[in-house]
Amino acid sequence: MAVEVPVTVIEPSKGWIGLRLGALWRSRELLYFLIWRDVKVRYKQTVLGAAWAILQPLLTMVVFSIFFGKLARMPSDGVPYPLFAYTALVPWTFFANGLTLSSTSLVSNQALLRKVYFPRLVIPISAVSAGLIDFGIAFVVLLGLAAHYGIVPTANMVWLPALVLLALVTALGVGLWFSALNVLYRDIQYVVPFLVQVWLYATPIVYPSSLVPERWRTLYAINPMVGVVEGFRWALLGTGTRPGPMILVSALAALATLIGGLFFFRRMEKSFSDVV
Amino acid sequence: MTAHDSVAIRVQHVSKRFRLGARLNKYPTLREALASGASRVMQRLTSRGSDDERRILRALEDVSFDVRTGETLGIIGANGAGKSTLLKVLAQVIEPTTGRVEIRGRLGSLLEVGTGFHQELTGRENIFLNGAILGMRRREILQRFDEIVDFSEVERFIDTPVKFYSSGMYLRLAFAVAAHLEPEVLLVDEVLAVGDAAFQQKCVGKMSDVARHGRTILFVSHNMFAIEGLCDRVIWMREGRIAEDGPTRTVVSNYLRAFATTRIEQQWTDPTTAPGNEHVRMHAVRVRPEGGRAGDVISVATPFVIEFEYWRTDPSARLVPSLHLYSEQGVSVFNVGPPEHSPWLERRDGPTLIRDVCHVPANLLNNGLHRVSFALLNERGLVFLMDDAVVFDVRDDVGMRASFYGKWEGVVRPRLDWQTVTLEGA
Repeated sequence: MAVEVPVTVIEPSKGWIGLRLGALWRSRELLYFLIWRDVKVRYKQTVLGAAWAILQPLLTMVVFSIFFGKLARMPSDGVPYPLFAYTALVPWTFFANGLTLSSTSLVSNQALLRKVYFPRLVIPISAVSAGLIDFGIAFVVLLGLAAHYGIVPTANMVWLPALVLLALVTALGVGLWFSALNVLYRDIQYVVPFLVQVWLYATPIVYPSSLVPERWRTLYAINPMVGVVEGFRWALLGTGTRPGPMILVSALAALATLIGGLFFFRRMEKSFSDVV
Repeated sequence: MTAHDSVAIRVQHVSKRFRLGARLNKYPTLREALASGASRVMQRLTSRGSDDERRILRALEDVSFDVRTGETLGIIGANGAGKSTLLKVLAQVIEPTTGRVEIRGRLGSLLEVGTGFHQELTGRENIFLNGAILGMRRREILQRFDEIVDFSEVERFIDTPVKFYSSGMYLRLAFAVAAHLEPEVLLVDEVLAVGDAAFQQKCVGKMSDVARHGRTILFVSHNMFAIEGLCDRVIWMREGRIAEDGPTRTVVSNYLRAFATTRIEQQWTDPTTAPGNEHVRMHAVRVRPEGGRAGDVISVATPFVIEFEYWRTDPSARLVPSLHLYSEQGVSVFNVGPPEHSPWLERRDGPTLIRDVCHVPANLLNNGLHRVSFALLNERGLVFLMDDAVVFDVRDDVGMRASFYGKWEGVVRPRLDWQTVTLEGA
């Protein structure tokens, strides 16, 4: 037999184990199929289907525009308030859904965990990534809305993919912690919606970050979504604040969450099928 | 090819312990965890520390064995003996607590058919999804797509969501995907427990097909016929350990024997509490060699008797005895009764304590465990039935074998007249 036979060695893992990103890479086709499943299934039995991807941020924008924009007269960096809010809501919705879905992803895929081996990281990653399709749809609407208000997106739009990646990394980083914890403690599924709600107000969505005193902004940007939202407004609407330093702080915070989450997840991984 | 090369799976001193706390108290809430102190939380999160010995379930204890390439190994044992845990360790679904496993070649596992099927997706979509979950590449799935659909017999509904499938169609499709995985090492757990007879036959057929192509199979089942039909070798698990590892026939028969303890003789002295009813009460049942006592060895070459003694509590009843003898696997070997009506059975003032004796000649039964049911009937039907009244072992008799030491085929093992006549040549 000249064919190279792969040898699998199964041993109890000791201490803080490696991330085994190689195995994750080899499972990319499975990741693709799981994303594809999540996208397909998401709207299969809904009447409005993919319209939800637009309606969710759009209706929120309408509500915010009425209460914060019209009634509370919230400043909006010189941009029409509806566009101001919607520009933030598009990445925010992607983040919030990604975080929520990835947090429950292990528990909702427990049948798989108990029966088949594959790198478990594939599950939360696919849960977050599936939201990219919704994001794409909502983003097209965003461009339309900007055109409606006569705003031409700036050349800084080239930074958008990096900002989307930042939102994805943040959602995944937090989602990894919660999904692993949720296997052990089902309370997590009640914590997450509450957290998302609080997080919304800790992010400059209904208000501009220029309301936050200058000296607090670096600290403020530890919330990675601050960098994402500010970046979106800057790149699309050309708002005054140069978000460079904020985005840097946000990126570092997101990266730290992700790396911590990856190790925590891997650490917990071996006990998933014992407990789920 | 060296001896080492031909080993497909090497399991060395594998143990698996579950912490019972984590399982019984299935979904602990955060509040409880916080209440029981941060140290306990940390202990749970890191699964370290000295656990209370009583809270540990030893699912596998120091299990070691090798499986050669191309071998079909059966794993049998009672529920909770650790069979499925073992397969899950091999499938990398759960991690062993100690020990080491080496698997040469691509591993496929059929721990449950239909894993990862999604109700809302169509048959076609599920083939791709399930294939990817089982470890197939997209290209492979595309190549075998038609074969899979063919095997599953659901081509008409391939673009219908599987939630509209009958359970039979669902199973066939799920098995079809798994059966076309073509790994070098295949783990199969109880897939045969589901589906109808035709489907089971198809599964067994596919599996022996896979085995013929030189692939290694580990097969967990409670179905001794499937085990005997498919496996070259069997491991019997008991309480997380290997109780026996050897040729299929030997291990299966030892396993079945251990389960059914023999019952050579039973006696009841009080007719009011003995098994029976208003017509009849049992007094004794036994099996013994002709001219010997209950408990003496019975081999295939021993003539023996089966005796039943019973009280007729209703002397007016006309009763006909009947005896059913079953093999180890529950196959009926024969059903006999007295060749003619005993004259006293016709009489209303007949005797009240009766003994029926059935003489079984030597060289009729095959070796193995046998069970006897005893029935009494009247003209209207069954009056009394005692299942497993006697359970006994017929030992093998090496004396009558030529040079063959395997299990003799057949439900019975009669010694028949045989002539060899030279028709041509010296």
